[in-house]
This record gives sequence, C-alpha cells and structure tokens, in this order.
Amino acid sequence: MSACLDIANLSAVLANGQRVLRSVSLTVQPGEVRALVGESGAGKTMIGKAVLGVLPSSVSIVEGDMRLEGEDLGKLPPKARRALIGARTALIPQDPLTALNPSRRIGPQMTDRLVRILGWSGDGADRRTRQLLDEVQIRDPDRVLKSYPHELSGGMRQRVLIAAAFAAEPRLIVADEPTTALDVTVQKQILRLIAALQREHGTAILFVTHDLGVVAKISQKVSVLYAGKVVEEAGTADLFAAPRHPYTRALMAATPRYTDPFASLKPVDETVLAGLAAEIAAADQAWRRPNG
Amino acid sequence: MDEARISRRGWSPRLWLAGGWLLIALLAAIFAPLVAPQDPLAQDLMLERLPPFWLDGAEPGYWLGTDSLGRDLLSRLIFGGRIAFIVAFAAASAACLVGSTLGLIAGYFGGWADRIISRIVDIWMAFPPVLFAILLVAVLGTGLSSVILAIAIIDWTRFCRVIRAEAMGQSRMDYVENARIAGYGRIGIMLREVLPNVVPSIVALLSLEMGIAVIVEAILSFVNLSISTDDPTWGGIIAEGRLSIHQAWWVLVFPLVTLILTVLSFSQFGEALKSRFDPVLR
Repeated sequence: MSACLDIANLSAVLANGQRVLRSVSLTVQPGEVRALVGESGAGKTMIGKAVLGVLPSSVSIVEGDMRLEGEDLGKLPPKARRALIGARTALIPQDPLTALNPSRRIGPQMTDRLVRILGWSGDGADRRTRQLLDEVQIRDPDRVLKSYPHELSGGMRQRVLIAAAFAAEPRLIVADEPTTALDVTVQKQILRLIAALQREHGTAILFVTHDLGVVAKISQKVSVLYAGKVVEEAGTADLFAAPRHPYTRALMAATPRYTDPFASLKPVDETVLAGLAAEIAAADQAWRRPNG
Repeated sequence: MDEARISRRGWSPRLWLAGGWLLIALLAAIFAPLVAPQDPLAQDLMLERLPPFWLDGAEPGYWLGTDSLGRDLLSRLIFGGRIAFIVAFAAASAACLVGSTLGLIAGYFGGWADRIISRIVDIWMAFPPVLFAILLVAVLGTGLSSVILAIAIIDWTRFCRVIRAEAMGQSRMDYVENARIAGYGRIGIMLREVLPNVVPSIVALLSLEMGIAVIVEAILSFVNLSISTDDPTWGGIIAEGRLSIHQAWWVLVFPLVTLILTVLSFSQFGEALKSRFDPVLR
C-alpha cells in the first residue's frame, strides 16, 4: 500500500536562485500524524503549500516529486492536479481570523465546497456540516451557521475551520500551526479536538508547528527542519528519548519549562548553528554539482 | 442591543439629511411637470429679474424669482434636476460597471492582465478630465447620451484604481488560498470570494461618482456643450446667472446651492451606505 503523502528530494528556489527547500524527503503514512518542526523561516509552511499546490509565484520547485496516494502530482495536468488536491486534501490554517471570508455567512462557506466541488446534494451537505460542527463541540449550530465570521471568537472560528477540513473526508490534512494564533487555554482544546477527529476519521495529518510540546502531544513521527533541510527524522517517542542531531537537542533545551522558566530560555548554541551552516553549505555544494 | 447600534449607525442625522435632500430632489425631478409652479421655458419680459419671495417686488408663484428673460427659476431648477439625475445614474453606473470589472480582473489575476489594465489607466488619467470631456462631447456631438458616454469614458478609471487595489488585497487573504486548495476555478473565486468583499467600496464610489457626474454635466452645460440649449440644466442656469450677477444674484446662487447640496449629499450617502454594506462595520 502506498504512502498517503510521499515527498522525495524536493528542492525549491526563489526567483533570485536562493534555495528555500533543500532536497526534502518525508512520508506520511495513511492515518498517521507527522509533525514538521522548525523555527520561523525554516520552510515548514512552504512544504505544506507545495503539497497543496499554492506556492507563491516567487517560489519554484526545481527538483523532486510529490506523490499523493501514489499519484505523482508533478506529472498530472494542472486541472487534474487541482481536482485531486481538492478532493483528497484539506488545510487547517494558521490564522482563523483571515481564513474565513468576512462577507459570507459560515453556513454557505462550509457547504459550498461539498455541493459545488464534490457534487453533494444541498441536504446532504447541510447534514454533514451539522454533524461535523457537533463533532467539534459546537452546541448551537443554527446560530453559528447563520453568523458572519467576525461574530465568532477565534477559537470558534478555528473549530469551524477544523469541521470544514474534515467534512469532505480528505485523506490528508495539512495543519499549518493551527494553534499559534489562539490564546493558550484555547490552544489546548483545539489540539485535543484535532487529535480526536484525526483518530476517529483516520485522517493522515502533516502537522506544521514550531512547538515541541505540541509535537509530543499529537504526532507519531517528527521531521526536524532547519533552513529548508530535514536534519533529523524519527518516531516522536524516540526523538524525545534520544535526539541524535545537536540542533534537535538545542531546540529541546530552548523550550521553556514552568519549573524553571528563566534558566531554560536559552537561544540555540553558536557552535550548533555553525555546524548547521557547514552542513547546509556542504549539501548545497553537493546539490549544485550534478545540476551545473 | 445589537439592533439599536445598527439603527443608530445606519440612520445618523448625516444620512437623514443627505438622503432627505436626494429624495426630495429626485421626486421633484421625476414629477417635474406636476410640481413645477410655472412652465420652465415660458418667457415673460414683464416679469424679468423678479427677486425671491421674501424680498420686495416678488410675485406670488415665482418663489425663487425669475431670470433675465422672466422664466421662473424654481421651475427651471426642478426641470434641470431631471437631466442631472439621469446623467448621474446612467453615467455613474456605466463607469462603475466598466471600471469595477477591469479593476477586479487586474487586482485578482495580477500579472499581464494587471500590467495592461494599469498602463491603460495611467495613460487615461494623464488627460485633464474636464478638457477630455469637452473634447469628447465636441467629437460625439452634444446631447444627453454623449454627455453620459463622455463621463463614463473619463471616469471608469476612478473605479478601476480603487477596486484593483482592494481586489489585490483580498486576493492575498487566506480564504482565497483555501478556495484554491478546495479546487474552485479562478473566475469562481473572483466572483464568490473577492467580489463580495469589494462591494462596499463599489457602492461608496458609485454614490460619489453620481455627485461627480452631476458636476461634470454642470460644467459641460456651463460651456454650452451639454444638452440642447432649450432644456434647462443646472450648469446652463449658472452660466446665465453669471451674466446678471449684479442685477439678479439669485439666478446664480440658487442653482449653485442646489448643485452643492446634491453633490455633498451623494458623497455622504455613499459613506453611510458603505458602512451598511460592510458586515464587519455593520
């Protein structure tokens, strides 16, 4: 059985030739949660966008391929690729405040996709939407469906977006820092909801985050990303028990702890960063040679 | 509580005054033959330059006085309003349709479409608008439809610029990206996701443009390039009033006041409508 998502050797460059993804390989098995962790600018979101086919026009893929359930996305004509991505994937976005259209009510925004893209009946879409709203523990679906986005809180909007993501039973969900824009108490609830729905629906998730605490709670596998390069890949339990790469260790050391908040707020060590820079320079050198 | 806030914001004194004036002026224009106290074209040299009703020497039935040919000023203003409103609605709508469509396309699609449309707009806006209008009417010939056409041809750029910028901002929003991922086509996204968010601006601009159209029409009448000289127009009356300002100031002042009130009301009304159409401000 083929992997739900299989990225092999993916490299992407900016218009000025700068590499933003460096031969990234990762797989997400069906029903599995793969965390993609790294600091800001490491290219985590870029990978998510590449999978979903919404890379900004300034970024182009120069090498590698992506397979969604065995189908090579690079070889499909654009229309078929869009249709495949639309039917089998969904996004839980980072900022629930900008991810819903402010001038349309929640109801049509949620059902539209099922009806127009996937050809459901209006009734079926409505039933399905209510069922999902129930699953994300929204108790007054009538009010929510009739609301405009600005009438709901950030947490409620993220619930709506999670419900919308799961509604069409996608095989793969890209969750792009889904809790970052929320306040801490809501973060926990949202995380639990995503985990619960994931288990129930058996959906594979590519979970992009910078928060190792979140990684530990939700994922089975982790890829650690630095400057567009996967520096370590492991099962979540293994990674936390025995991180192999110095950068991973430094990241873990930099995570704040409630028991000793100030001591743990250490930036990543200079020598580790120097080592990473050398590693990346070497990788770039090796990469440039075969391509001229 | 929500309801109270909406009604207060929606019906401020500003909106009442602006809407009230527009409604009165519009109704008077529509029912001009019934409302106007005199025939706007009837000359009577015995009644020339009668002052408005509160001054000595005023005649009953000639509320705002008469001009140098003895024509009733109020009736001429009312009939002039007909042309003003026809031009306002027709020209502004045409400019809005063309400008908003092109602006939406340029802003949403970007790339070549944007480059071509934006260059055209730049070139278009380099022409001095009033001169351009006079030139156009001179070429198209005078008459109601050429005045409307001229205003639309000149002023579509106003819509195009603003709507392009707004559509551009909307296109970068996450919900547009979500719609892409979901598999919507680009034109579908433009109409369903982007357009509703620029409608408040379109409405405000449309109302503003109606005011501008009234001004341009008045300017064209002023230089005698609008409709045939028989029909009273606000600009035409102002042009006549200018000649007799020392003998009969009212012939100049009343049409000017009418014009200013109308233009001001259009812009205020547009602002108020914008906040009513915007779900976030509402």
